[in-house]
Amino acid sequence: MDLQIFLLLGQDGVTNGAIYALLALALVLIFAVTRIIFIPQGEFVAYGALTLASLQAGKIPGTVWLLLALGLVVIVLDGVQMLREGRYGKLPSLLIFNLGWPLLCAAVLFALPPGDLPLALQVLLSLLLVVPMGPMVYRVAYQPLAGASVLVLLIVSVAVHVAMIGLGLLFFGAEGSRTPAFTEVSFELAGAPLQGQTLLVVAASAALIAGLYFFFERTLYGKALRATAMNRTGARLMGIAPTLAGKLCFTLAAAIGVFSGILIAPITTIYYDSGFLIGLKGFVGAIIGGLASYPVAALGALLVGLLESYSSFWASAYKEVIVFTMIIPVLLWRSLTTRHVEEEEE
Amino acid sequence: MSHVIPSHLHDHEVILDVRDLRVAYGKVEALHGVSLSIRRGEIATVIGPNGAGKTTLLSALMGLLPASGEIVYMGHAQGREREVEALVRQGMTLVPEKRELFAEMSVEDNLLLGAFDRYRTGHRDHLETLDEVFEWFPRLEERRGQLAGTLSGGERQMLAMGRALMAKPKLLMLDEPSLGLAPLIIKEIFRIIGELKKTGVAILLVEQNARAALQIADVGYVLETGEVTLSGPSGELAADPRVVEAYLGFGKKH
Ligand SMILES: Nc1ncnc2c1ncn2[C@@H]1O[C@H](COP(=O)(O)OP(=O)(O)OP(=O)(O)O)[C@@H](O)[C@H]1O
Ligand SMILES: [Mg+2]
Repeated sequence: MDLQIFLLLGQDGVTNGAIYALLALALVLIFAVTRIIFIPQGEFVAYGALTLASLQAGKIPGTVWLLLALGLVVIVLDGVQMLREGRYGKLPSLLIFNLGWPLLCAAVLFALPPGDLPLALQVLLSLLLVVPMGPMVYRVAYQPLAGASVLVLLIVSVAVHVAMIGLGLLFFGAEGSRTPAFTEVSFELAGAPLQGQTLLVVAASAALIAGLYFFFERTLYGKALRATAMNRTGARLMGIAPTLAGKLCFTLAAAIGVFSGILIAPITTIYYDSGFLIGLKGFVGAIIGGLASYPVAALGALLVGLLESYSSFWASAYKEVIVFTMIIPVLLWRSLTTRHVEEEEE
Repeated sequence: MSHVIPSHLHDHEVILDVRDLRVAYGKVEALHGVSLSIRRGEIATVIGPNGAGKTTLLSALMGLLPASGEIVYMGHAQGREREVEALVRQGMTLVPEKRELFAEMSVEDNLLLGAFDRYRTGHRDHLETLDEVFEWFPRLEERRGQLAGTLSGGERQMLAMGRALMAKPKLLMLDEPSLGLAPLIIKEIFRIIGELKKTGVAILLVEQNARAALQIADVGYVLETGEVTLSGPSGELAADPRVVEAYLGFGKKH
């Protein structure tokens, strides 16, 4: 292996690692706030990428139907409760978010031929279509079980994951898609070509991470999420409802997932079930951070990306095995070094 | 939303009226029909021995525990589905026995989160409220950047109270604010509680330190094994021989 190949592989590793890092952050966030191990995180990556691919192919993405359906379920669930408790004041916002919004998206899709839209609008539309599913999935699948054990929530996650994969197959078919590169620019670095797309992924991931940092450190809603993760009872006493925190962090996680999917869509071919493996690698990063530390999770995810890339050179058939085996020494090390402190739950 | 209250009654407006409150942990009943009421600008204290059910009482009032009985808060009978968040929005605030601070956040962030619900409902006066809280507790201003988990016991109590005040409460419930504090700080905390009363907030004060509590309170309740055994104006309670014997000692200090 000469320097040129070394750099090329490193470039690949950092690109993928940046995506894994984003997903790892989303997983840590969801677990810290809600105690949910969010296996379907990867499905949001695939949905984002494939929705964009559908739009670019001039097709109406199937995700719009899912958005409408989920919105209706949420309206039925929440609406019945609001009517029963006589809280009519909240009905308009419920209808706007869960019915008005999906209908508006559908109307835009049918009114404008999606294939002719500029790329930026297609990206925006993909985000607008898939991100609202985050809080909807939370409402439908997880909110009724708030307070359940981590294991029960994990089982629900597996179910949501399987359902989303099945729907993905239905919406997008079995063939994979790859979107055209956002940029064709290419530089030269020490004799190896440096793709503009790589730089874009790394820069966009870094910007998103900086944005998240700002959100959590500087805004009251970000602090409220951290507060819920730290002390649930304390947060409730401040009027921060666990369901509010749950919806907020599912929105963020969905946005991170879709954003990642759009970023990698031009780099790898994405199939309806590709999200799982991508999400799982983010999960390895999150585990390295003990599902608690954001910076360690991000660094761990970057390490996963690099390890995957270099092992694909030496032992390409085993690259997944090598990446996932990494979890064993990490878990061993963690279980030996950390005292087990069971958090007191209400 | 609220019942129309004749204006001449405003000063004596009943903030909280509780009748026959019962709370059970599983099958074991911890409160057997407690009744009490608090008016605007009044301090009511609940004293009683360990395990009497004082914390249970406050948790149930705050909606953290399911309870049966009649609770009328600010003229509204509370339904069975009382939610903490809804009560917070209506100006009820609890400083819990365990304080429940956000240990890995700064003092200032803890305080700002106290105003979260007001912020969420469109009030943008949290910075002014923060200054007011710093006036009550200058110590917190000196330590505004310090992590809450590293504060001393007294400072933690000040932070918990300051955080509660950030919500501009109408009913402030304090669970043993003197717990684990040195006499000098206890004095300071009680002085502040007495001052707070002048702002018009109703205060429900749960205390082991009966002497200090009865001194600043207007009315007192003695809670023993889940029942109110004595109640009345705090002056009368403090003179009652049963209270003197069980909670005040024979005129000795502490
Ligand atoms: N989560 C719980 N499950 C079961 N029993 C409980 C629980 N919390 C409190 N109890 C019981 O209810 C009774 C009242 O407890 P509570 O904490 O309200 O007492 P307290 O008056 O606040 O005491 P202290 O002065 O020591 O704080 C006690 O017998 C206690 O053991
Ligand atoms: Mg107690």
